Amino acid sequence: MSHPMSSLVEQLHDAVPYAKFLNVGITQDEQGWVFVLPESADNIGNPVLPAIHGGVIAGFLELSASIELLLQDRARPIPKVIDFSLDYLRAAHLEDTFARCEVLRQGNRVVNVGVRAWQSDPKRPICSARVHFLWEQAPS
Amino acid sequence: MTFNTQNNFDKANRFLIALRHCQVLGMTVQEAGDDTLVMVLPPNDNYIGNSTHGFIHSGAVTTLMDTACGTVVFMTLDGFELCPTLDLRVDHMRPAPVGSTLYGCARATRISDSVVFADCDVYMSEQCDADSLVARCRASFMRIGAEKSRSEFIDAIDKHGRGGAA
Repeated sequence: MSHPMSSLVEQLHDAVPYAKFLNVGITQDEQGWVFVLPESADNIGNPVLPAIHGGVIAGFLELSASIELLLQDRARPIPKVIDFSLDYLRAAHLEDTFARCEVLRQGNRVVNVGVRAWQSDPKRPICSARVHFLWEQAPS
Repeated sequence: MTFNTQNNFDKANRFLIALRHCQVLGMTVQEAGDDTLVMVLPPNDNYIGNSTHGFIHSGAVTTLMDTACGTVVFMTLDGFELCPTLDLRVDHMRPAPVGSTLYGCARATRISDSVVFADCDVYMSEQCDADSLVARCRASFMRIGAEKSRSEFIDAIDKHGRGGAA
């Protein structure tokens, strides 16, 4: 499943070095895009649980929401985050983390995106977030 | 530096040193007060959000704020009490050009029996000029009590402090 996505991930990592730093991957299922934050010891906050640093999860969710928009319209510039609200629901264990986004409202310039993250069980989300982006039209 | 701020600085530093991701990012505590601290995120090309324009990714800024809020809460509470983050609300005011050093000024604003509130402003200048304000964050943390916090993690922080000569 990951193979057809590899050139897409490569493009993403070229355009957004922070996505490469977190090694964010892209997959797809029948409901849409699923973004992946692979397990990495470098992302640990609490070393004893061990748990992923909350800030890494936050960065991953902001990134996922912007990638969702870029995949929707690749001609437009990278969206800029205006504000971001994140609820931590459960500890993020040291394992692969997944995120799915939903574009709730797309205006001319501002977009509202909801994001939900989970680990082994999609029915047990670890985080829920909402992001507002300023997203300029493609240059004509 | 008074005895208390020196103690707080050490406590905040020990906590930060235990967070591996923050070591990867090279974050440091620059100063600490009774219920405030300044945390620094040094420049690094890994945080670039946009290869074309060269700005720091908002996610790296959020990581700085999340860490600064969590650390100021840990530092301000008596003893060694860990508080899981309930939520973060973040405003990204202006993009920070790649190469900027970011200063996160955090404060524990209210400590109740169950919840601690904290906030953090991020600036591009050490003087915290209003026109260098990059982002602002408000966060809340759940108190689970010192007893439940007692863990190998806390032991590690505690031991590090007693062992370290700083």
